[in-house]
Amino acid sequence: MSTEPLLEVRDLSVTFPSEAGPVAAVRKLSYHVMPGEVLGIVGESGSGKSVSSLAVIGLLPPRAMITGSVRFKGSELLGRSDKDMSTIRGRGISMIFQDPLSAMTPVYTVGDQIAEAVRIHQQVSDQAAMKRAVELLDLVGIPNPGQRASAFPHEFSGGMRQRAMIAMAIANDPDLIIADEPTTALDVTIQAQILEVLRKAQETTGAAIIMITHDLGVIGGAANRVAVMYAGKLVETGAVDDVFYRPRMPYTLGLLGSIPRLDSAEHMPLTPIEGAPPSLIHLPPGCPFTPRCPMRIEKCEQVEPELLPLHSSGSGHLAACHRSGEIEEGNLQSTDVFPANLIASTAVEMIPREQRPTMLEIRDLVKHYPLVKGAILHRRVGTVFAVDGISLDIREGETLGLVGESGCGKTTTIMEILNLTRPTAGSIAVLGKATAQMTDRERFAVRRELSVVFQDPMASLDPRMPISDILDEPMRTHGISIPERLRRTEELLQIVGLSPEHANRYPQEFSGGQRQRIGIARALALQPKLLVLDEPVSALDVSIRAGVINLLEKLRADLDLSYLFVAHDLSVVRHIAHRVAVMYLGKIVEIGNIDAVFKLPAHPYTQALLSAVPLPDPRKERARRRIILEGDMPSPANPPSGCRFRTRCQKFAGELNDNERQRCIDEQPLLRSPENSVGDHLAACHYAEGNAVLEDIVELER
Amino acid sequence: MTSRQSRSRLVVRRFIRRRLAVLGLFIVVMFFAFAYLGPAFYKWKFDKLDFTSLLEGPSGNHWFGTTQNGFDMFALTMRGLQKSLIIGLVGAVISTAIAAVAGAAAGYFSGWTDRAVITLIDLLLVLPGFLIIAILSPVFEGHTWLVFVLLLAAFQWMITARVIRSMTLSMKEREFVHAARFMGVSDWKIILRHILPNMSSFLIIDATINVSSLILAEVGLSFFGFGVQPPDISLGTLINDHWQSASTANGYQFYFPAVLLVLLVLSVNLVGDGLRDALDPNAKVGEQ
Repeated sequence: MSTEPLLEVRDLSVTFPSEAGPVAAVRKLSYHVMPGEVLGIVGESGSGKSVSSLAVIGLLPPRAMITGSVRFKGSELLGRSDKDMSTIRGRGISMIFQDPLSAMTPVYTVGDQIAEAVRIHQQVSDQAAMKRAVELLDLVGIPNPGQRASAFPHEFSGGMRQRAMIAMAIANDPDLIIADEPTTALDVTIQAQILEVLRKAQETTGAAIIMITHDLGVIGGAANRVAVMYAGKLVETGAVDDVFYRPRMPYTLGLLGSIPRLDSAEHMPLTPIEGAPPSLIHLPPGCPFTPRCPMRIEKCEQVEPELLPLHSSGSGHLAACHRSGEIEEGNLQSTDVFPANLIASTAVEMIPREQRPTMLEIRDLVKHYPLVKGAILHRRVGTVFAVDGISLDIREGETLGLVGESGCGKTTTIMEILNLTRPTAGSIAVLGKATAQMTDRERFAVRRELSVVFQDPMASLDPRMPISDILDEPMRTHGISIPERLRRTEELLQIVGLSPEHANRYPQEFSGGQRQRIGIARALALQPKLLVLDEPVSALDVSIRAGVINLLEKLRADLDLSYLFVAHDLSVVRHIAHRVAVMYLGKIVEIGNIDAVFKLPAHPYTQALLSAVPLPDPRKERARRRIILEGDMPSPANPPSGCRFRTRCQKFAGELNDNERQRCIDEQPLLRSPENSVGDHLAACHYAEGNAVLEDIVELER
Repeated sequence: MTSRQSRSRLVVRRFIRRRLAVLGLFIVVMFFAFAYLGPAFYKWKFDKLDFTSLLEGPSGNHWFGTTQNGFDMFALTMRGLQKSLIIGLVGAVISTAIAAVAGAAAGYFSGWTDRAVITLIDLLLVLPGFLIIAILSPVFEGHTWLVFVLLLAAFQWMITARVIRSMTLSMKEREFVHAARFMGVSDWKIILRHILPNMSSFLIIDATINVSSLILAEVGLSFFGFGVQPPDISLGTLINDHWQSASTANGYQFYFPAVLLVLLVLSVNLVGDGLRDALDPNAKVGEQ
């Protein structure tokens, strides 16, 4: 490896003009990438991580003012013409975007698009380019690459599209690949596949990679060095182990502490970073993190700290904080710096589960959608088996986590519950009342007891209503008197940690985390008993997530609520839920107490899910053996016979003999207790056996 | 400072940036002022005859000249303008209201409501509105002009309703609509409280643009004698009365109402364009 950096960024600043004033998106950013190295850039949305990379590759709009220097292989990139840059883009530096759907042209086949990328930089014939495209598709693990090359982007699943993007990015053997949130839009099992493909792509091309992400877990295993950005500046950088195990800037500390850990056996408190990132217009003179920092001193408000080397850790570990010396001296952890408290068990939780009243009971719920063709005649051509016979129950004071990849039927399930209508088959009973027999009046009454918090805090609040009206709406609908409503609105804002003065503002004046708090306040307005939480934190920035999770936990304890917590993030579920149900293609494949399921997952799918979750711990991540699932989830319109998971099952593919496999093909497995399980742990696999996929990494720690 | 205020301020700022739209708005306001306030300060009334000056060209006494009977052309034109303006305005509001309710109901309830509304829209689109109103004109003869406005609006709302229907289809899957439904808010309340207010910019723009097309429709019908009936006067009837003079020395009788009509429709369209740019966040005028 040469000692010359491949890419060297010096004092890069990017400013956008806006009506309110110049937006300083990137401020004096400096970093370098060595050949063959993986640099992870971490930051929240708006921290400037994507903008700085777009500046490197020359894709910012012309109105952006860029200063500083970007040297690639020793030559300056800034100030070059677009035409000049085109010879470098794709060949020298290539980019993988977050959204693979919009990064491809819908009217050309995938093969054509990759072949085009080849032909731009290489003088080859059409046939040779196409042949190369097929090779590349094969390299990134697309099955039947010859055939799939002539498919259009919309015929590819999200994971396959991202693979095709990677194929395009490595088509010309670039020296540097910039991957901008390459896995953010994908499910966790697909994320594991893509990370694996990226690793493989790096091995074959020997390229350096800049990996931009907000997920510290993704970085931990893949990166050699990490750079943490906040408000357009680098606040900490260093070798991955230094940053993860010896963070010296409070923001990094907070970020690491705010991630729920899949690998912690006991319930660890999360450290939320209060507040929101600053606006990048008219930044105050001091450290931009000051308002959110629990360690702030007077100096922080006046002088912005320089990025300085630290004494005790390895060379190249720099942090921008006036007090990093103290953090270093005391080896402070996130819990020392940020306030964190664990919620004590409530009185309800002391009562054995069987004796508590049932809040929600679902028996053999089925929801099928007809697939129709034709505008007038509506000919039925098939059935989507969205939910196909699931049973679960939630007792008082309990949180059930419902987990699965997108398309597994989670959303259909909660919509069926919330609609309170008669399902296709099976039954739903909310607070002991079956929905099938409800009159309209009863249904309306049940709506008081059952409420919902949605995923997207942007979309779940009417942008044309002030907060007071939003909180008022459920109470007005249910005929609560005006003075009571006014009192309650104020109380609700306080409960979720907002101040009553916020009542007259509109949703767009709030940050994502605050909006989600408003959504929670609205859900609590009628003092419900059961809350359906539809991925309530997955749209939020990492630093804000912990605050909302802590709030939800506190509310459940204080108000004796029961939660149905739908999520695809298993670490959040492990942190917040008492019980977990894992869904796959419309069926529950495993259900049980959270500790039992996470300790000894019995279904191969649960094992694969758990093993796919990246850990924010580089050492464990490197030592880990991953179960990587093949392919994508089959279409729910055409599920495989017998066990629905068998097409992707690592056990089916690897461990079973032909006779055993035949059973998986013929017979649908039912939920039953796996061997040496505890409590009411059930798994739907003919050959269920506990496999402690997480155990070995927890062991490693001791 | 609330966001609503700052939003409306932003809209006003963006509107003002469009010079032509401001000019259009100015002209429309001037038209209204002249049409309704002008006659009060003007010497001649539209139904008063001046026997001393028959068929005289524009002068200080008769601004727009007189007809062969001695009617004052300016008073007549202002009177006609009043009717045309009010028909355009009321018709546009009615037509957009029908479109909003029908389109939102079709999109929100889907199923048979949707099919019924779509069928009605398709039916009305293939019927020649002009002919039908022309055929029906003897029926509403002698009734108030409001019947005429209603008929005009009835043939104007369909395209807008289709757009609103498809906007509703995507809007009803938005989470805040789900949230309202799951807290037990009734369907019509959801439509009126959540869905339509979130399309208000589209509705405002649509109503503005409808004003000009309704004015044109009214003028067209009145010109052929099917719309506004005597003794009422509109720009259309005026043009009808005087179009033959267009190529003669007395062309002013035709040109004053005709040019005014063109100017009015043009201005309203300019205002509509400006409003669209100011209200629609996708329009990129703010970033030059």
